[in-house]
Amino acid sequence: MAPRSQTPKQQLQAAITYPLDWLEERSGIVGGVKYFLFRKVPGDVNWFQTLGAATLTAFLVQALTGVILAMYYKPTTGDAYNSIQHITNDIWAGWLVRGMHRWGASVFIILMFMHMGRVFLFGAYKYPRELNWIIGVLLLAMGLGEGFTGYLLPWDQTAYWATVVGININGTAPFLGPFLSQFLQGGTYINDTTLSRFYSIHMLMIPGAIFALIGLHLYLVVRLGVTSPPWSKEAAGTGSTEPPSSTDGRSGLVSPTPRRSAD
Amino acid sequence: MQQPHDEHPHVPGPSLWPIGFAIGVVVLLVGLIISPWWIGGLGAIVALGFAFLWVRDLTRGTELTHAPEVAPESAAARPAAAHEAGSPPERYPRAKFLELSTLGLGGVIGGLVTVPALGFMVLPPFLKQGFKDIDVGPLSEFPEGKFVIVTFASDPAEASVSRKTAFVRYNGPQNGQPSFTIISNHCAHLGCPVQPNGPLDQAHASEYKGSAIIPTVSIAGFGCPCHGGQYDTEGNRTAGPPVRALDRYSFSIRNGNLFIGKPFSVSRVDGTGATATIHKWTFAYPGEHVSGLESWLYPIQPPH
Repeated sequence: MAPRSQTPKQQLQAAITYPLDWLEERSGIVGGVKYFLFRKVPGDVNWFQTLGAATLTAFLVQALTGVILAMYYKPTTGDAYNSIQHITNDIWAGWLVRGMHRWGASVFIILMFMHMGRVFLFGAYKYPRELNWIIGVLLLAMGLGEGFTGYLLPWDQTAYWATVVGININGTAPFLGPFLSQFLQGGTYINDTTLSRFYSIHMLMIPGAIFALIGLHLYLVVRLGVTSPPWSKEAAGTGSTEPPSSTDGRSGLVSPTPRRSAD
Repeated sequence: MQQPHDEHPHVPGPSLWPIGFAIGVVVLLVGLIISPWWIGGLGAIVALGFAFLWVRDLTRGTELTHAPEVAPESAAARPAAAHEAGSPPERYPRAKFLELSTLGLGGVIGGLVTVPALGFMVLPPFLKQGFKDIDVGPLSEFPEGKFVIVTFASDPAEASVSRKTAFVRYNGPQNGQPSFTIISNHCAHLGCPVQPNGPLDQAHASEYKGSAIIPTVSIAGFGCPCHGGQYDTEGNRTAGPPVRALDRYSFSIRNGNLFIGKPFSVSRVDGTGATATIHKWTFAYPGEHVSGLESWLYPIQPPH
């Protein structure tokens, strides 16, 4: 309890910190969030290193707008096209939310590739971050899967024929390709089942996998730290006066331990 | 004990072999889409050779480290110590039993839940498939030597979403039986709808039991709008990316009406009309080779 002698500013501070302290004492979540957000990064990080966070933002926009679109969209061959028209033309701000989802999809894919290019050109995929590159590649595949399955949902001519071509490209994979085709179509041709199957994959299966993989991706980013740009003056592991402990991988060095035999 | 390799990053030494490997892979991939065929083989040999050198480079100097062996006396000593303390040795410790039974029961319960659900997801597309014979009208609808475009619902229960289009040509009688050429409109490249190259006779369009029937005036072949595949009037590929000829439908005639039946794939057609030799194969999805070396990539077809 704040004593009466406190100034209004102190009272305000107490009003803010009291619930946070209450939460921290019972869950440790404030410390966890601080640990996640206020990490050490190299002094010469670059704007290109924000592309990963931008990609995450784009995905969250897709997830949010997608959930709202699902409240109006009807995944049946009879209703799909009309429900999209209804969303776009009749419902308040429907054009906006659908537009965000439709164009945001391209933004998400483009940002993923730019993020991937940054990681490649900075050499940030090298030891000890190989696993994060692999998880990133899985995320890229999942993102492209979202693009493929989402494209069918408007159920117009472009959607239908693009999906015919896409499924048949999958079908030309050796050995199991024809089975993959038939699985994706839910039969021997594109029908009602295909649409609801793609809808389920698009809004439940792949997003769940993406959320899980993003969790792993961020865990490894927090654990391993951010890389310096390749032009960094601080050469890996040589500027330090004291030998780093094993947790100093987080301090942003390309190489987690100094090469003691150098010089 | 400090592991020696914890001191250094696990980075292999510099090597030029991956460049040769990458070139080999590129040549292999290019060779798969251009002729002559041996370019692909050359690429494969180059890639395999450099891959071997690369792997040899990577593994050289890496000593296989063995896990330290458990000292034999520590395993043997413990039961002996238990004996001395007066309690009988546990032949199967309770903790071990509980651990295994928890894992086992959990596995059984997990399997009981997931196996039917996965089967429900995967199997239905492969069960109860097949093609119904579709009545597309009396033989008089089909003039000799001209293609007629027939658009029919291949599964009347699914209605318009199951629509398929066939190009039907009456070839005149052959050995006393009417002969038909029935070509599917699914491009053998990736399944887009091929269009007849020539004018249609829209004035004489008609309908029969929900099937749209449009005669053509005269057509020079078929072309695909998606990626430019071209076919002649027998469905043989003449240009573009398709890997085989257009699929065809089998047919039957009942009470003077033409019934369209099962589709089948065609690698090529020699000759024309009623006397043509059709090289017929099991129905395959577009883009799959049905004959030649590449067809080995598709040894089993799912039940269509």
